[in-house]
Amino acid sequence: MNMMTDAASVLEQEQDQAPAAPARKLGEVILDVKNISLSFGGVKALTDISFDVREHEIRAIIGPNGAGKSSMLNCINGVYQPQQGSITFRGQTFSHMKSRQVAEMGIARTFQNLALFKGMSVLDNIMTGRNLRIRSNLFLQALRIGPAEREEIRHREYVERIIDFLEIQAFRKTPVGQLPYGLQKRVDLGRALAMEPQVLLLDEPMAGMNLEEKQDMCRFVLDVNDEFGTTVVLIEHDMGVVMDISDRVVVLDYGKKIGDGPPDEVRRNPDVINAYLGTAH
Amino acid sequence: MGFFLETLLGGLMAGMLYSLVALGFVLIFKASGVFNFAQGAMVLFGALAMARFAEWIPGWTGIESKIVANVAAFMIAGAIMFVVAWFVELLVLRHLVNQGEATLLMATLGIAYFLEGVGQTLFGSNIYSIDIGMPKDPVIAFEQAFEGGILINKEDLIAALIAAALVALLTVFFQKTSTGRALRAVADDHQAAQSIGIPLSRIWVIVWCVAGIVALVAGMIWGSKLGVQFSLTTVALRALPVLILGGLTSVPGAIIGGLIIGVGEKLSEVYIGPMVGGGIEIWFAYVLALGFLLIRPQGLFGEKIIDRV
Amino acid sequence: MLYRENGQFKTSYRADQQIFPIQQDRLFIILLLVVAFVVVPAFASDYLFRAILLPFLIMSLAALGVNILVGYCGQISLGSGAFMAVGAYGAYNFFVRIPGLPLIPALLLGGLCATAFGVLFGLPSLRVKGLYLAVATLAAQFFSDWMFLRVKWLLNDSPSGSVGVSNLQVLGMSIDSAASRYWFCLSILVVMALLAKNLVRSAIGREWMAIRDMDVAAAVIGIRPMYAKLSAFAISSFIVGVAGALWAFVYLGTWEPAAFSVDLSFRLLFMVIIGGLGSIMGAFFGAAFIVILPILLNQVLPVLAGLIGVEFSTTAVSHAELMIFGALIVWFLAVEPHGLARLWSTGKQKLRLWPFPH
Repeated sequence: MNMMTDAASVLEQEQDQAPAAPARKLGEVILDVKNISLSFGGVKALTDISFDVREHEIRAIIGPNGAGKSSMLNCINGVYQPQQGSITFRGQTFSHMKSRQVAEMGIARTFQNLALFKGMSVLDNIMTGRNLRIRSNLFLQALRIGPAEREEIRHREYVERIIDFLEIQAFRKTPVGQLPYGLQKRVDLGRALAMEPQVLLLDEPMAGMNLEEKQDMCRFVLDVNDEFGTTVVLIEHDMGVVMDISDRVVVLDYGKKIGDGPPDEVRRNPDVINAYLGTAH
Repeated sequence: MGFFLETLLGGLMAGMLYSLVALGFVLIFKASGVFNFAQGAMVLFGALAMARFAEWIPGWTGIESKIVANVAAFMIAGAIMFVVAWFVELLVLRHLVNQGEATLLMATLGIAYFLEGVGQTLFGSNIYSIDIGMPKDPVIAFEQAFEGGILINKEDLIAALIAAALVALLTVFFQKTSTGRALRAVADDHQAAQSIGIPLSRIWVIVWCVAGIVALVAGMIWGSKLGVQFSLTTVALRALPVLILGGLTSVPGAIIGGLIIGVGEKLSEVYIGPMVGGGIEIWFAYVLALGFLLIRPQGLFGEKIIDRV
Repeated sequence: MLYRENGQFKTSYRADQQIFPIQQDRLFIILLLVVAFVVVPAFASDYLFRAILLPFLIMSLAALGVNILVGYCGQISLGSGAFMAVGAYGAYNFFVRIPGLPLIPALLLGGLCATAFGVLFGLPSLRVKGLYLAVATLAAQFFSDWMFLRVKWLLNDSPSGSVGVSNLQVLGMSIDSAASRYWFCLSILVVMALLAKNLVRSAIGREWMAIRDMDVAAAVIGIRPMYAKLSAFAISSFIVGVAGALWAFVYLGTWEPAAFSVDLSFRLLFMVIIGGLGSIMGAFFGAAFIVILPILLNQVLPVLAGLIGVEFSTTAVSHAELMIFGALIVWFLAVEPHGLARLWSTGKQKLRLWPFPH
């Protein structure tokens, strides 16, 4: 008993020091995950997970390591196919998603381990995010005249705005493999933003960053949500960030959902506290 | 029917020889993750060494007995393969530790060219023969069951037995000995193996040496049958489909794959060949492998290839 | 000192995106083209054309095609020789069966045949990659070996097994002389190199490189792996097929299937690796290296051997060639896996600082 109240008071103190999250105008449910179960051979990664995401909100998924958070994003993205359950996006229901379909529908994603194209420059990496919208065919591209050239320039302009936004102008021609980790994470975000997504899935965008870098990244996420109304689903370990910027939180542990609601509610949930601090069983 | 069985048996024998070459590939791939395109060149190199030394030893030492000369030549050739393995690790593998698959493949191609050049410079480029006392006359069996009996080549039979013995030996080596375990660990993950104290360079020397000995045995048998000549290097290319069928990491797979390819080639040449102009042996194995790649890329016995995000 | 970008500011994306944004590079290329088109033919001997320049040009084109598939899209191919063969025999069949068909359309049709063949044998790339794919492409190589040996119809029922063309004309002018052949190949090479460079720096090029670097992430962005891989096979085979047709028509004159054996496939792959994967310029470097090396060794080795009093027969030279070749490959891969193109760009980087150390 004593341990739980101590933990609760620690979280309370953190919350008191941070400013309250700005009130956001939330829309209808845009993404609805129902009863998703995923297993690999004998290992159950996800068991009967259900939650919804409303338009324009920032939804956090938290949980200890190995809880299945990345697997959940992978299911939404079409990288993994769940054995059970369905995902509804804007009214259309799918039992499993195909990656390209998901990209076309307007869901973009960053990766925990940075799946950047190491051989290409920052500019080219972000330009690949524009791929869905490039219409000119092979022959026009080979000749590089007229419409193909104009289209390339148009997309370059859009990507340059993203580069400005993320403040990585100095590195646009550098091969991403040579950049420090924090900048690579920004490029990953930039590539996802280039897809003009309606929903942005961020997999631990602040992992491995120092305080300043985290503040910058938070600012980017908030700005994207503010200016473009992009819905954000983010996996994050830093409690301060989660409490600060998210509207609602889903808590996973060992592949099961153990909490769902506004940050205040979730941090007082005894199951959540147990999961993070552990109790004697 | 008798003819069919004859073709079948001929195919099995030929297949056994493919298996021997494929074995060398599997060993190196299993233990170091490297696809050794130089295996064919190693077969030639080993065969050349043995052929020439068997010729030279009587001249140098005055020993008349062929058996002694052959055994001595075999041992010297084996020692030479060890030296080759040692140099390969020292000059090539050590410098390419973290490179990708394609780079390592190309490096082994480089080694292949080099070995071909060195082998022919040291040992000459004519056709040589290896005479290890293999009986060249055929045996006619099953005379009661089929008219005229079935022609079985004694040489092929003995080759098959030698190959089987070698396979049994290697399987025991991999499964039961601690060195074999270490080899499997290295194949799985170089860095992890290194971090638990397995000496990578020594393991690689051992593996390439074993593969070299296998290549030597293969070269000895092929050379005894066909004569030792440059075309032995193309044998390596014939063995690749065997690997696809059997699985790149499976020793029994190499054997069974070899048998299937051997039989398939002979049967298809005899029965399908005349319909399309003949000579389909050169691509039959490969097209069969292609089919496997589309349906079951890991082959009959290989491990499933997993791609992690 | 000379090679500085100071003062060269770009005010439009179009300017920034050009192939040679640095002015000194533009000058260099123009100079190079002038030398290639005007100076070289004026001074080159017949031997130089036939032994070095023509093979260099045609092999550069072939290496360009292979580089698109292997270097930009990351699909290992050991069947390039087969694509050259299909291009050559395809062009041959169109040329002799359609009377009056001009040379250039015949070459292009040969390229299209190679494209179809390439897409067909590229299908396994949708299922497997790496060395499994390499084995699949070898199937293409051996199948093509057999096809042009045994299927007599493809050889126009030639009794000897070899075929040939003669009296080639382009736009009414005969291209019998070595210089005219040189100009013909050079022009085709320049045009195709330009088209290829445009492709690799636009959207499709980025798709190819994305597939090469990480094809799972590429799918998540919305790139279709099937389209990207098959288009790489298609474009690559087209270029390699045209190169094959040029090799047969313009360089060999008469040829048989052995001219396009697996050995050629390996040589093309070496060109691409030594020249530099994923670099248009690398194709040229690699082709130059592979074409010139044997000739160089042939001239130099007997001389060197004579100096130390050893007799070098031609067989010894060819053995030495193999050894040196193999050793060089390994050395290159260990020292500069990105090839000569990387050495060139590193050199240019140093040149920007020259004469200052840093």
